[in-house]
Amino acid sequence: MLIELEKRKEPSKAMVYLTPLIAVGLTMVVGALIFSALGYEGARAAWAMFVAPLVDPGKWEDLGLKAAPLVMIAVGLSIGFRANVWNIGAEGQYVVGGLAGTGVALATWHLDGGWWVLPLMCLAGAVAGAAYAAIPAILRTRLNVSEILSSLMLTYVAIQLLYWLMNGPWKDPEGFNFPQSRLFQDFQTLPFISGVGYLNVPLSLVIALAVWFVMARTTFGFQIRTVGAAPQAARYGGFSQERTVWWSLVIGGALAGLAGIFEAAGPFGQMVPQFPTGYGFTAIIVAFLGRLHPIGIVILGGLVLAVTYVGGESAQATLGLPSSATGVFQAMLLFFLLATDILITHRLKWRRSAEGSA
Amino acid sequence: MDAMWFSVAMTIVAASTPLLLAALGELVVEKAGVLNLGLEGMMLVGAVTGFAVTFATGAALVGIVAAMLAAVAASMIFAFLTLTLASNQVATGLALTIFGVGISSMIGEGFVGKTIPVLGPVFPEALAGHPFLRLLFGHSPLVYVSLVMTAVVAWFLTRSRAGLILRAVGENDASAHSIGYSVIGVRYAAVAFGGAMAGLAGCFYSMVQTPMWAEELTAGRGWIALALVVFSAWKPWRLLLGAYLFGTVMTLELQAKAAGVGIFAPEFLAALPYLATILVLALISSRRSVGAAAPACLGRPFKPAT
Amino acid sequence: MTLMTRRSLLRTGAAAAALPLVAGRAFAQEPLKVGFVYVGPVGDFGYTYAHDQGRQEADAHFGDRIRTTYVENVAEGPDSERVIRNLAEDGNQLIFTCSFGFMNPTIKVAKRFPDVKFEHCSGYQRAENVATYNARFYEGRAVCGTIAAKMSKSGVAGYIASFPIPEVVSGINAFTLAARRVNPAFQTKVVWVSSWYDPAKEADAAKALFDQGADVIAQHTDSPAALQAAEQRGLWAFGQAWDMSSFAPKAHLTAIQNHWGAYYIERIQKTLDGAWESGDAWWGFKEGMLKMSPFNPAIPADVIEAANETEVGIVDGSAPPFAGPIVNQAGEEKAAAGSALDDPAILSMDWYVEGVQS
Repeated sequence: MLIELEKRKEPSKAMVYLTPLIAVGLTMVVGALIFSALGYEGARAAWAMFVAPLVDPGKWEDLGLKAAPLVMIAVGLSIGFRANVWNIGAEGQYVVGGLAGTGVALATWHLDGGWWVLPLMCLAGAVAGAAYAAIPAILRTRLNVSEILSSLMLTYVAIQLLYWLMNGPWKDPEGFNFPQSRLFQDFQTLPFISGVGYLNVPLSLVIALAVWFVMARTTFGFQIRTVGAAPQAARYGGFSQERTVWWSLVIGGALAGLAGIFEAAGPFGQMVPQFPTGYGFTAIIVAFLGRLHPIGIVILGGLVLAVTYVGGESAQATLGLPSSATGVFQAMLLFFLLATDILITHRLKWRRSAEGSA
Repeated sequence: MDAMWFSVAMTIVAASTPLLLAALGELVVEKAGVLNLGLEGMMLVGAVTGFAVTFATGAALVGIVAAMLAAVAASMIFAFLTLTLASNQVATGLALTIFGVGISSMIGEGFVGKTIPVLGPVFPEALAGHPFLRLLFGHSPLVYVSLVMTAVVAWFLTRSRAGLILRAVGENDASAHSIGYSVIGVRYAAVAFGGAMAGLAGCFYSMVQTPMWAEELTAGRGWIALALVVFSAWKPWRLLLGAYLFGTVMTLELQAKAAGVGIFAPEFLAALPYLATILVLALISSRRSVGAAAPACLGRPFKPAT
Repeated sequence: MTLMTRRSLLRTGAAAAALPLVAGRAFAQEPLKVGFVYVGPVGDFGYTYAHDQGRQEADAHFGDRIRTTYVENVAEGPDSERVIRNLAEDGNQLIFTCSFGFMNPTIKVAKRFPDVKFEHCSGYQRAENVATYNARFYEGRAVCGTIAAKMSKSGVAGYIASFPIPEVVSGINAFTLAARRVNPAFQTKVVWVSSWYDPAKEADAAKALFDQGADVIAQHTDSPAALQAAEQRGLWAFGQAWDMSSFAPKAHLTAIQNHWGAYYIERIQKTLDGAWESGDAWWGFKEGMLKMSPFNPAIPADVIEAANETEVGIVDGSAPPFAGPIVNQAGEEKAAAGSALDDPAILSMDWYVEGVQS
């Protein structure tokens, strides 16, 4: 028996939704086998990593905390990815957004309060993220520089900027020389909703819905999709490639920057050198897991990734699984998803070898 | 020149070599039109395998070969997904890095806290007595491998027929395909070469620089190598120059600190290579001279019309 | 290999803990659950390894009266808050958070779990149910300084340091003061690597220091890379946090070992007795929290004698590391002859003594 791929006449709608589930299933099975072979309790590890946090309401708040920044960044990136604009420097835009918001927070730190401070911090974060993403946009549209490479390079520049600010100008004057900023005041931190998490969790859902609306229902969304799927047709249709590059990078940067200040003003409550935790890179995976669709990103991308993080931590404590297991599971998941993608355009056909040689 | 400067030069060579090794492999991969962001992951797989096998067998050469094979195996996951199944290269490359980080620390668990003899100078001690001679003959064999490979890659890309085909595949896959070359086959070979070189680079960290294994031993230097390829405008000799420039900046920062020379904001110095890379990128891209810019098909999946 | 045994230990520990319930032994009490949160991998053979050795000592001491769990590689920031909270939710009655960056998360979680006791290592914030503890690392540094000055031919030591926080600064100063008591012209060259753990950079820093004339290296970073660089050059170096002689049998002079076990045992005992109270423990040689690892056989007897004298002087209080006269880099007197710096001065140290080149 041989398995052969046969091209479908048209892409399978069903497979678009099914393959992520198949990928999760395959990862659980293969992961369980591998980890059993390594001497762990493989089946329990797979369960802990992909299911346990979902069925435990006590962990839902954690899932939201972890998923919110991933969803926000991934939703922004997906706009660009659809238009064939590859911003892989969201990590840098996230950091710069967090820094800009922190700058506002430190400048208003001595005030007694003020309802406008927190919105201003968020605005600063979004604007800074957008501005930072505008650099690769200029480079791409004016000088034809690949945004993949320039946005990646800028990420490292952003991280060095963070280190400089933490070690010097923004160091907490009462913090015993530890490289970190002051703790934000209460009026500078995101409201915490009991049972839900910080305000950024519901906000990330609202943003995902808004992006979905824009992409599905507006001319702008249509333009983005057309430029990505059929650049020739887009040109004839009068859609500007340049403007698409601009908007997709700037919106992606703004959302990453906003996610950055949300993290700083929420769970962190200050700025620290450990602020970049790889959300910007993981969000790329989240975007793909979610099929570059805002709703998919929330449910499949953000949630599944958050489950593996939270599950991986508890598996350490309960099963003695090493922390590196989380990364192995996540990478396998993406590998399987990318591999099963082919099922959208192709179908598996079983055939006997005798026929094959004929 | 006094002995100190020779010693500094030795340190620069050690800092530059792994960057050069990894970047040379990636350069060939990118010349074939493939962008493999999994460099860091493959380096880690190579580093842990090289260390583990050398520790178990006591033979450094066996360790090096195993490291290359392991990194090639990792690169084949990437190749299968991106080439055979035409998946997105950016996402697949990132997944490979995440995979490499995770799997290497799992494999390496049992080897933390162990050490192996350093893979030291290849020439006899007698040749390396004088500081100047030492600068020529006092390096680990991998240093000489990296230099030889620079020449080999330069020759291959510009002078050999196979190199011409590889570049054709990277510049215009459709026409290369129509003349009858196997685009996918060439790219598989290029990705495998990239994996082997990344494996060597990883070895350099775990067997020469610091003969030990620790989680994420390469500490992000795969990304620097990636930047280097761009910095070099996809030219092997310029890559050699770039690698030593990056190595020098990284070393001089520490030398200056050790010498008590105050540097305003060392973070700025650390960011410099990346800013320089963007600048170079802008310069070469805007000139649009033939062969200076990125390979035309870089990062694009090839789907032959059937 | 060590990890395998440690993991199985964890598992058998869990099985043993479940046993009393199954067997229904009437006298058996529910074991006290104790959690540990580590910043690095338990296999780092340095800082985290030392903490885990302490945990294992406590395990061995209390047997099935306690049940310990650890989570390794926890990122400082919101991730740690979640991990700490999960440990509290899982019924851990006493939780040790073993890195400075866990300070704010520990305080936050402690507010939500007033009945759980928390112990934070190396921080300065306490609460009703949050105690702090740390080792007087600088005492060990003084012993190293004595040895360094005796062993060095060039009279120059290299010091690889992470961040200029008081703990690191006081270590550099204690090292230099002790060395200058042996050799008044002794110099310490400091290289900041802005990281706790980056083997390649630490190795390069060590080489740079050797190139600049140092022939002995001390470090306040966690990897054994500098030792290996010293081994290759045939020079000297000190280990960090644990005996690292296996990495550099010839170059390794000695190491300051962190023995947290005694403290962990005392605090767990207090919790078992219901006598736990918040406080701040700052222990050194006297309490056994610091020990020098076995001296390199190549160290001459008179040097070992001088090293032991330094240690004895610290323990009996006759020669504290920060005894005057102390002069800073600018030549100003910071402590007069006959006096010594007090704990608050050491805890907030942000200046360098004469002889330090940073």
